[in-house]
Amino acid sequence: MKLTRRMFIQGAAAVTALMAAPRALLAWPEKAFKAGSSDEVMQALFGSADVTESGSVVLNAPDIAENGRVVPISVSSSLDGVENISVIVVENPSPLAASFDLGPGASAAVSTRIKMGKTSNVIAVVKADGKLYSAQKEVKVTIGGCGG
Amino acid sequence: MASDIRIKAKLTGDTAEVKTLMKHDMETGTRKDKKTGETVPAHYITEVKCELNGKLVMTANWGPAVSKNPYFAFTVKGAKAGDVLKVSWVDNKGGGSSAETTLG
Repeated sequence: MKLTRRMFIQGAAAVTALMAAPRALLAWPEKAFKAGSSDEVMQALFGSADVTESGSVVLNAPDIAENGRVVPISVSSSLDGVENISVIVVENPSPLAASFDLGPGASAAVSTRIKMGKTSNVIAVVKADGKLYSAQKEVKVTIGGCGG
Repeated sequence: MASDIRIKAKLTGDTAEVKTLMKHDMETGTRKDKKTGETVPAHYITEVKCELNGKLVMTANWGPAVSKNPYFAFTVKGAKAGDVLKVSWVDNKGGGSSAETTLG
């Protein structure tokens, strides 16, 4: 009796784990988005915070953003084999703004618009051939885009 | 619900420049409603997928720091006229939408 009950519980646990698994594979990197510092973000995303600043990463962002709610950002890279492009706003409550996984059919260029709470360094991290490269720029914010 | 994503794609040679606009509030979960004083719960797009002829080109993982009514532009290599480009998103509340366009 005891054995069957244990087996049933184990079986149920296994089924739950199986159901959770496919979701985990495609998962949104929750840990990286919850991380509180740019180093933690990189650890969570790439398992390393060892980045090299590189001229091959181009980050386009305004010098001054009048409205922190809408800050246009674009990142491109001339590196080969770019797998991921991530945008980190150092001073935001959750520094990771966006992380783009690039397949073989995508060029290493993305642009979007992000929110910035206050004046901050913006770091673009590019993962190419397993290595991390970055570029950063300070964006001055006149009106914050968080809370309010 | 297809109308809440706008896709504009321009094909030059074999690269397609794609610009998308999605309609979404992108609530951070930290904003307070001015009338009630209550915090507005977080509601934002977490994942955007771009597919060319059903093949995944790019996945964008987003946090609440992406602006309201997100704009997202990217470039697809190896595209040709007649190819179907699909953009879809899901948000943290399980909502989602998709739209597609034919290159040409």
